[in-house]
Amino acid sequence: MNLAKEEKVGFKVPLVMGSIGILVLYFFGLTGKPGEVAFELSRRQDAIQLPSLSVNAIELGLISGSLMLALAAVSTWFAAKNKKTPIWISLIYGFIGIVSLLGWLATGNSVPVEFIAGTALVLAVPIILGAMAGVMSERVGITNIAIEGQLLTGAFMAAVVSTITKNFALGIFAAMFTAALMSMILAVFAIKYLAQQIIVGVVLNVLVIGITNFLYQQWLTEDSENVNFPGTLDIVKIPFLSDIPIIGPVLFENRITVYAALVIVPLLWFVMFKTKLGLRARAVGEHPLAADTVGVNVGRTRFWWVTIGGAVAGLGGAALTIGNAGAFGREMSGGVGFIALAVMILGRWHPIYASLAALLFGFSIILRVWANQVSPGIPSDFITMVPYIVTIIAVVGFVGRSRPPKALAQPYTKG
Amino acid sequence: MSEKDERFSQAIKEILSGGFTRTILAVFLGFLVGAIFMIGSNKEFLESLGYFFSRPGDAFAAAWNVVSAGYGALIKGAIYNADADTLEKALRPITETLRLGAPLIAAGLGIGLAFRVGLFNIGGTGQLIFGMIFATWIATRVELPFVIHTIVAMAAGILGATLLGALVGYLKARTGAHEVILTIMLNYIALSFFTFLMRDPNLLQASDSVGNPKADPPAETAMLGKLFGDAYALHWGLVISLAAVILYWWLMERSTIGFRLRMVGFNPDAAKTAGISVNRTYIIAMGLSAAFVGVAAGNQALGVDIGVSPSTHANIGFDAITVALLGGSSAPGILLAGLLFGAFKAGAPSMQVIGISPEVLGIVQGAIVLFIAAPPLIRAIFRLPKPQTTNALGAISAKLFRKGGAK
Repeated sequence: MNLAKEEKVGFKVPLVMGSIGILVLYFFGLTGKPGEVAFELSRRQDAIQLPSLSVNAIELGLISGSLMLALAAVSTWFAAKNKKTPIWISLIYGFIGIVSLLGWLATGNSVPVEFIAGTALVLAVPIILGAMAGVMSERVGITNIAIEGQLLTGAFMAAVVSTITKNFALGIFAAMFTAALMSMILAVFAIKYLAQQIIVGVVLNVLVIGITNFLYQQWLTEDSENVNFPGTLDIVKIPFLSDIPIIGPVLFENRITVYAALVIVPLLWFVMFKTKLGLRARAVGEHPLAADTVGVNVGRTRFWWVTIGGAVAGLGGAALTIGNAGAFGREMSGGVGFIALAVMILGRWHPIYASLAALLFGFSIILRVWANQVSPGIPSDFITMVPYIVTIIAVVGFVGRSRPPKALAQPYTKG
Repeated sequence: MSEKDERFSQAIKEILSGGFTRTILAVFLGFLVGAIFMIGSNKEFLESLGYFFSRPGDAFAAAWNVVSAGYGALIKGAIYNADADTLEKALRPITETLRLGAPLIAAGLGIGLAFRVGLFNIGGTGQLIFGMIFATWIATRVELPFVIHTIVAMAAGILGATLLGALVGYLKARTGAHEVILTIMLNYIALSFFTFLMRDPNLLQASDSVGNPKADPPAETAMLGKLFGDAYALHWGLVISLAAVILYWWLMERSTIGFRLRMVGFNPDAAKTAGISVNRTYIIAMGLSAAFVGVAAGNQALGVDIGVSPSTHANIGFDAITVALLGGSSAPGILLAGLLFGAFKAGAPSMQVIGISPEVLGIVQGAIVLFIAAPPLIRAIFRLPKPQTTNALGAISAKLFRKGGAK
């Protein structure tokens, strides 16, 4: 207990890992449902056919539970040496957990691996892009609660402009441009008028929901064929890469919105952590006074990062309509922007970790739908809850405190 | 200029730059923005634009027609229906405004209380849902005599909401987690949990529900009674909300707890130095904030004779934020703001009837609070003076009251 006082690495992470491992071992293994479960590794249309893996569900539960306990032991070893558990251990742990969950749910049935992974990715794209918008604005010190509104704006503009001009490129541009304008409002209020950033964000959401609801009811429903009938973007197969088993169909057979996310995330990571531009941005978010002293224009840096972040969120909105659903629906973002916010915190304001967390949410959405089909007895409402509970556990610092940028939500005035 | 005149002009400046003027102007601008949207989406107006330069009168007439029809319908649906054949029917709109405004007022007080302590309670929805769970449980699964049943169910609703709010306060105080994130996450968790309870016949599901998440209607003994007979849907929820307004005023302006709360909101460091436990204040504040939201929860769960469903929260938890912002977190302000937004809800159907989407009221609501959120913006638009730090207003009012006062 002395360790905790000296702010050393605690045993909370191994504790959580161990408890979940025991649960998996007990419920999926020792008291699991007997039967076979088949993991289908390829679809019929794939070039290279892999045989589907058939395993005994109870054995799968026992093995994965034991492996998870073993990883918990490794994590304990790290904690005992006062080191943080490496991220790859958590990732392997999570992967095993997901496999055991899928196996348990689909006992006596089959698991369409590519379908689940691919859909999870598509569903995660708006969350990922929204979270990137959040990372970009919070890293420079501006709280962005308005991601929801930016996504909704993007979704609306992408659907309407694509339908009217019959040109997806214009639709995507309009989505990004309008969402960026909306971000500018947030930025100006926060930087120039020093308004409470959370309030402005909430209010912008209310306003965008109001405007899109009104236009949807007054205009889009009456004339949907001419203004809200964009269809979806074409699926682009990347030659050769899309033939790789499992990975190919999941990653390289997608719409342009998914590819955009796959490019933006590493790009943002690179700019943020490996370039002078990113260093300045982070300095502005951590210590604006110091940044100002060495000649960084705090206001301008904040303004442009927030604005460009808005454009990214707008693209995320486009991914909702022309990248997935094919038309705009009333309040169709349905909280994705708030999930993006959660994901950003779960990912500790880091583009790549945040994207991984977004995949968790995307996975939970498809899991709920799919679990209802294979085993209807499962209370799907609990599956819905899991990612939110995980987020709370993360923000209260039980599994490693997530620390926001130091100057977050603090207006900066030159003294 | 004599000293007195100077003081007087200073005082005028202070009134102009003060909160009240700004609020009125923001509401006015909000309606203006709504009007622009109504005009812009009107077919006759858009057609008349085609020949605007030959007959501009048509465009103005069309614009005037749509705006007057729209806001006219709002007044007809929310305040007084002049076309009704009996007085009873003519007065029904205003009672609907009061009925729909009541939960907004109560929840608005809750959010406003948190604002005064410097906290953002975005979790109104979750707290409302938890309150509804508790209240519905008592109202549908427990048998009690009249009145007592209502009181117990209401108290349970308040308790349920308070527990969730205090949990947020506890987590914030204990771990430093930001209440905005906690409350947003709890909103989703509460909604899923509520839906789960209403899917299980052993828990909250209605006996006649076919697989849908829905609860039984509250027992007759537990329902909030009608205020003016069966002709009006208005029930005791309004009286309870008004009592909450008075309680809120006393709590914030007169009580020791309120003083502590405001002090922490004003300057947590100074409060700590003065010996106030900031952490405990956060827990109390979030609990109290949610307790007011719980009044709205009781109102939703016990006010109508149909069972609650996942949509019964009616977005009140979120609308309450706009109510608290518009009302400046003060008791009378929240009362008026709640009534205004209640009127929006009451007037929506009659706008729908004449073919103007009532969603425009959402725009008005958003625009109003946007202008409220940025005082410098309003000042820039109307060229109002900057807030003054002089004490001219105090000096003048002191003079006015000196005659009858102690000195």
